[in-house]
Amino acid sequence: MTAPSRVLITKIGFDGHDRGSRIVAAYLRDAGMEVVYTGPWQEIADVVALATQEDVDVIGVSSLATDHLLLPELMTALKEAGLGHVQVVLGGIVPDQDIDGLRAAGVAAIFHPGSTREQIVDEIARLAGQARSAA
Amino acid sequence: MTAVPNNSNSLLERLLSGQAIALAKSITAVENDTAQAAELLTGIQPHLGRALVVGFTGPPGAGKSTLVNALIVELRRREQSVGVVAVDPSSPLTGGAILGDRIRMSEHTRDPGVFVRSLAARGHLGGLSPMAARVIDVMDASGRDVVVVETVGAGQSEVEIAEIADVRVVISAPGLGDDVQAIKAGILEIADILVVNKADLPLAERTVSQLKSMLSLREGEMAEVPVLSTTATTGEGIVALADAVEERKGVAVTAEDRAARALQRVRRLLADATAQRVRQLIRAVDGANVDDLCAQVQRGELGVDDAAARLLRQLQQPEDRDGA
Ligand SMILES: Nc1nc2c(ncn2[C@@H]2O[C@H](COP(=O)(O)OP(=O)(O)O)[C@@H](O)[C@H]2O)c(=O)[nH]1
Ligand SMILES: [Mg+2]
Repeated sequence: MTAPSRVLITKIGFDGHDRGSRIVAAYLRDAGMEVVYTGPWQEIADVVALATQEDVDVIGVSSLATDHLLLPELMTALKEAGLGHVQVVLGGIVPDQDIDGLRAAGVAAIFHPGSTREQIVDEIARLAGQARSAA
Repeated sequence: MTAVPNNSNSLLERLLSGQAIALAKSITAVENDTAQAAELLTGIQPHLGRALVVGFTGPPGAGKSTLVNALIVELRRREQSVGVVAVDPSSPLTGGAILGDRIRMSEHTRDPGVFVRSLAARGHLGGLSPMAARVIDVMDASGRDVVVVETVGAGQSEVEIAEIADVRVVISAPGLGDDVQAIKAGILEIADILVVNKADLPLAERTVSQLKSMLSLREGEMAEVPVLSTTATTGEGIVALADAVEERKGVAVTAEDRAARALQRVRRLLADATAQRVRQLIRAVDGANVDDLCAQVQRGELGVDDAAARLLRQLQQPEDRDGA
């Protein structure tokens, strides 16, 4: 039996609306994953410490306003902490013009409001497998 | 320079040196029972027994996580490094889990002296992950002064926490349905310290006096168990709690104590592991045979106990099946 995937669901920046994160956390739990849930207002250094301690395979960040612009900084911080294998995905409202930059920074997937439950679960499961074999 | 983890040393060495990322990887290894885990568990043996293991158990919503958070504040003030193992149940249907205890401990996230790990109980009927004891050992080996284990009081978890923890704190709070009844029978017996949290709520005093009168009915040692009031959200009463924990450390935690508990635990784990194997064997027994036994039980020709005895005999001598 393979061990369940571990996913950190979190929010960085100033926006406190965490309804989306809660829904995604429940999707992932129902798909058999272990979800560490932190709530909003985390700083980059918090997310790095959380991902370190919890040894997660995937970090899911939700952003409704401009918080996604912090992701390139997060990616760098993760690499510096020796967590380059951890996959980072973003969900929420992301303007089209920001997508290329986020992809270039190494964000593995971006889920828009229209994404289905199946798309989210399947993609995160795939990325978790990838992270674990790279760890 | 940034502290890029040094991978030239073995995981064991890095764990023993207290490196956070090595501690995290080691916990994953023992939790998932990987090939590396056996090596790690052997390697840490000479380094165990230094940490004080404190168990926090009680019903959901009593304020255990908030109280752990407040205790960490006090322990850090006393210059102790802390490890926390926070166990939440897994969904019995999907095996998944949402692990949210550490939300209440977020003020310590970036403190290198505090390491919090969330564990899912993973189908274990007790509230405790089957691997929790090993995870605690790994935290101990990494040099944490105090390891706090938070579990929901459910199933067999109080037995397990009693075996694993040096100091057992049972937490209750007013307004949890039946008040004191919300503390499961059996859970009081394991307590070294009883805490009534949410002392700021109006009915807290009643809960305290109910607990005290329950304790006064007990003989000897039980009657000595302190009942403390705390308000985890403000830190009220936490110094007294930390003192009570430290006091137990001096009094009750002898090496013999630990050795006896460890032996008892291993005995139970052995029984559990054996039962698990037998269960797997039974599943592997060819279907026709089991179907036949079931049919006999159903027809009333054979009692369930007798059928079980026969099945066990078949497992011991598989060739008998073919001779029939
Ligand atoms: N009024 C009051 N609420 C508290 C206190 N301690 C915890 N809580 C609240 O009780 C709820 C459950 O707390 P939590 O620590 O998650 O409980 P757990 O399920 O036992 O871990 C939260 O909303 C806390 O803010 C307290 O001392 N007083
Ligand atoms: Mg809790």
